[in-house]
Amino acid sequence: MSVPDRTTSPFEPSADLPPPPMMRGTWGWMRENLFSSLPSAFLTVGCLFLLAWFLPGLIRYLFIDAIWSAADGEPCRAPGAGACWAYVNAKLTFFTYGAYPRDQLWRVNTVMASGGILAVWLLWPAAKGKGLAALLFFAVFPIVAFGLLTGRTPFPSLLLPSPGSNIEWWAFRAAIGVAAVALPLLALQRFWLGGVLLFLVAWFMAAAHWRLLGLTRIDTDLWGGIFVSLLVASVGIVFSLPCGILLALGRRSRLPIIRFLSIVLIEIVRGVPLITVLFMANTMLPLFVPDAWSPDRLLRPLIGVALFSSVYMAEVVRGGLEAVPRGQYEAAMAVGLNWRRMMMLVALPQALTAVIPGIVNSFIALFKDTTLVAIVGIFDFLRAVDTQRLDPAWAGPSISATGYIFAAAFYFVFCFAMSRYSQMMERRHAAGRKR
Amino acid sequence: MASTDDLPGPRTSILNNPLWRGLFWQGLTLALLVWLALQAFDNAVVNMRARNIPTDFSFWNRPAGFDVNQTLIPFSASTSTYGQAFFVGLLNTLLVAAIGIVFSTIIGFTVGIGRLSNNWIVARLATVYVEVVRNTPLLLQLLFWYNAVLKALPGPRESLALPGSIYLNNRGLVLPEPVVGAGFEWALGAVALALLLAILFAIWARVEQRRTGARHHALPVAIGLLLVLGGGAWLASGNPLSFQQPVLRGFNFAGGIKVIPELVALIAGLSLYTASFIAEVVRAGVSAVPGGQTEAAQALGLRRGDILRLVVVPQALRIIIPPLTNQYLNLLKNSSLAVFIGYPDLIQIFAGTVLNQTGAAVQVVSITMAVYLAISLVTSLAMNLYARRIALHER
Amino acid sequence: MRIHARSLVTASLLASLAGAAVFAQASVALAQAPSKTLEQVKARGYLSCGTNPGLAGFGMPDDKGVWAGIDVDLCRGIAAAVFNDPEKVKFIPMTAKDRFTALQSGEIDVLARNGTWTQSREAELGLLFAGVNYYDGQGFMVRKKLNINSALELSGASICVQQGTTTELNLADFFRSNNMKYEVVAFATSNEAVKAYDSGRCDAFTTDSSGLYAERVKLANADDHVVLPEVISKEPLGPAVRQGDDQWFNIVKWTHFAMINAEELGITKANVDERAKSPNPEIRRLLGTEGDFGKALGLTPDWAARIIKQVGNYGEVFNRNVGEGSRLKIKRGLNNLWSKGGIQYAPPVR
Repeated sequence: MSVPDRTTSPFEPSADLPPPPMMRGTWGWMRENLFSSLPSAFLTVGCLFLLAWFLPGLIRYLFIDAIWSAADGEPCRAPGAGACWAYVNAKLTFFTYGAYPRDQLWRVNTVMASGGILAVWLLWPAAKGKGLAALLFFAVFPIVAFGLLTGRTPFPSLLLPSPGSNIEWWAFRAAIGVAAVALPLLALQRFWLGGVLLFLVAWFMAAAHWRLLGLTRIDTDLWGGIFVSLLVASVGIVFSLPCGILLALGRRSRLPIIRFLSIVLIEIVRGVPLITVLFMANTMLPLFVPDAWSPDRLLRPLIGVALFSSVYMAEVVRGGLEAVPRGQYEAAMAVGLNWRRMMMLVALPQALTAVIPGIVNSFIALFKDTTLVAIVGIFDFLRAVDTQRLDPAWAGPSISATGYIFAAAFYFVFCFAMSRYSQMMERRHAAGRKR
Repeated sequence: MASTDDLPGPRTSILNNPLWRGLFWQGLTLALLVWLALQAFDNAVVNMRARNIPTDFSFWNRPAGFDVNQTLIPFSASTSTYGQAFFVGLLNTLLVAAIGIVFSTIIGFTVGIGRLSNNWIVARLATVYVEVVRNTPLLLQLLFWYNAVLKALPGPRESLALPGSIYLNNRGLVLPEPVVGAGFEWALGAVALALLLAILFAIWARVEQRRTGARHHALPVAIGLLLVLGGGAWLASGNPLSFQQPVLRGFNFAGGIKVIPELVALIAGLSLYTASFIAEVVRAGVSAVPGGQTEAAQALGLRRGDILRLVVVPQALRIIIPPLTNQYLNLLKNSSLAVFIGYPDLIQIFAGTVLNQTGAAVQVVSITMAVYLAISLVTSLAMNLYARRIALHER
Repeated sequence: MRIHARSLVTASLLASLAGAAVFAQASVALAQAPSKTLEQVKARGYLSCGTNPGLAGFGMPDDKGVWAGIDVDLCRGIAAAVFNDPEKVKFIPMTAKDRFTALQSGEIDVLARNGTWTQSREAELGLLFAGVNYYDGQGFMVRKKLNINSALELSGASICVQQGTTTELNLADFFRSNNMKYEVVAFATSNEAVKAYDSGRCDAFTTDSSGLYAERVKLANADDHVVLPEVISKEPLGPAVRQGDDQWFNIVKWTHFAMINAEELGITKANVDERAKSPNPEIRRLLGTEGDFGKALGLTPDWAARIIKQVGNYGEVFNRNVGEGSRLKIKRGLNNLWSKGGIQYAPPVR
């Protein structure tokens, strides 16, 4: 350590001068961001005029002049009245559930709440047990939801003898038998076989006891509203992810026929509008299956939406697979992994993590596209809003706009939240890769 | 020591031979698909026969019997066929797509540049626009424009009069119709000549710059040529273009060009929606040009306009063009939402009316899908060729 | 976040298994042996009736989901004849597009959805119309303030119409044959066409005149609109069944005829029990107190009495749903009995 030389006076820089007043604080900020040049100043003034012209009217319409509560459309028809929120309030149950029987709404609520919890569990970055969540969301939830919503048993009687008096007892014995095989297999770490057998146990038990719930049947023509929009979107998501992964793997496969078929399917569906796919599902699908198998009226557009979202998902996943460095594949082959292990243990985990933003973005697109199922007569949220405009009790000049603004707010909240989520995941992902 | 060639290969089971395994899986898939296709075909034949659904294309030449309110080619219920109805619908779809592409490009580029602006308020406004429009369904926006905005306009008798004899009412937009007078072709010829000369000058200017480095600006010359030649001929032939003013008669305006409100709503909705995506494409493209490029250009002493024109835009375009084409294709596909607001596009006329009148579901839906698919594939092909042409050729 | 590819793939396998199972279940539930419709209906325990999703007077559910309309009452009549319970009907709302497909595929047993009886529908689509429960015709509705009294004054008008229906074709024919110009604005659903008319997009709205009356009462100010007198097409509306099951065809047909005969014979919901004791042989045959005319149909002898007692005669049904007793207030006109100046006529029961 050297001792500083005290003989000469040390160099002491004088204190920095403050920046000129015009460069500091609010004024400085405005100078830099609003009036940096003449054209910029003009633009600023123009935008301010635009806002002054637009915003007060909008706020008055949405809040100040709005009618918040009314028994019917009379107050909303008064001249100068703004948005008619009373109308939204009166129709909220219809907008949410369509014509679903009012005393059975708990079934829809249960399904929506559990679906929401599972979705948050899956998407929350810090949550534990993602594997279990995925299993519940992708396998258990759809079955239970189907049963709860329709009131039909979701467990096909194919696996059971025809409904008899002591069907529970039969199922119980079968389940015990299967479990007796499954548990030792699990103990021996034969996970696959044991898992399948345990699945069968659960299936038998559930099938045997389902009708004890005593649910009434509710046919899909009564379903509607936000509930159906979320249903269509969820079905699209649940099916598009696995199908999309399979299609993406098919497109990158070394086997020419499989690759060719995947490419043809993906390119055809991507090249046409969703509406034509829905038309096809609605008018052509029933022709291609035996008469007795003719799909339910809600099932047809669901198949169309699932197909459509799968091919878009396939392209997103393919992007992820291509972004995995070659070395990863080569390393996997070098340590002797077969194709299935290479994909499941090396490529897919990296690829899927990398394209989470892309996946969420295609969910956003899918969610917006669910509005199109109205073309084949499904009462989704937007159609529910759109058909109620002509109700004579409420009809008035502000009803259309009110309904659409409410619907827009709903879709915006969902889509915007999802897009923020995808940006957050993108940042987290990028943070992990920064060097 | 024996060479490795002489050693017998490892004895592996045929089950583990990649070649055989590949063949097995592919064969299985193919067999399954063929079986499914045959089943579907069988069922379709049985079902269609049972329901008396036509299986041929004979409906194509049968008289249509219905009217359409916007036709770009002559069409009448009595004489035209379903085949002609198909072309009416196709042209209407292409019309919407073409106009929509123009407007969405203009709005999209403006907003995209706006988002990158130094001006805080401009950037904020552009961001709000993009987020709001991108995060709500297009169908909702179309219904909003059609049902909440255009239908709320007054009727024909109380039309909003816009400058230039343009009227807006709940029956649509009425524009003055240009009427071509004598001498119009002379004026048109003069304009064409001026344009030709301007192009020749631009080519000469570029060659000259390559040779000597001296710059000759082509734009002032072109404007001058147009003014002198075109304007002169126009005046000389006595202002040959006049406009027929629309007049209110009977139920609606007579004369003038009527743009049906369905088209107005569709173009407004499609353009604004697609523009928000184009804005993002443009923003991404421009931000992707490294800052060093601008700085290097500044260091070379290029002016602001030249930096944009010669350095930034060409590099940004290379990034922008492929996703931009995708957006154009999306716009075309999204124009099928016309059916929700009653605009007579391909879906509404062909997959709607014709399908219902003839019952030929399979044929009609297949033709409709084939049309969209063909347009998409041709566009992507053209785009791939273009992308290959403008790709960086690294040396 | 780590994506567990393994569990994802496992889950997707399970999901597809479950999906296939659910699909199979759904299909099995829809599978029916294509045997006799009457037996199927009895085995199922209720009648599947395809109705209009919302046409006042013909088929429309009210706020509480209770269906009403003359088509709906026809289905109730069939249920009354088969089950002795008019509530054993499931009403399935049908769009214009897939109503015939649903009937052919067996999704519904009878289509009572104000469908027009035409030659091609019987010859090409394989349907049978079992009678005419409403004689209708296409008309126009316009705003009163236009001061128009005849459809022939509509030259140059914009007209809203539902696409893909005969209405659209009749409209073109009418204007062509009268050498008038018009602008057609076609919409996928009738509801959208009415909304467009109501908002002023069109000068006139056209559909069957019964539909015009039904839509008129749904408009905010019904009195501002008038239905023009011209009827430009013949639209006999009636219930349709599949071809190939004559017994079922007869049941539907005779349910309708029983209601007309009842009106002609003065039998009403209120007096059916008392009239059964009447000495009039026509009444006795109809109500099953003489002979066994129900048996040949596969029904009980008192089949017609059940219909009238639980649903009413044709006049009552008409009045309740579309006539003076309803909001629509449509005059009987052509739908009056043949003996009272209309053309509703039923063959005798004997």
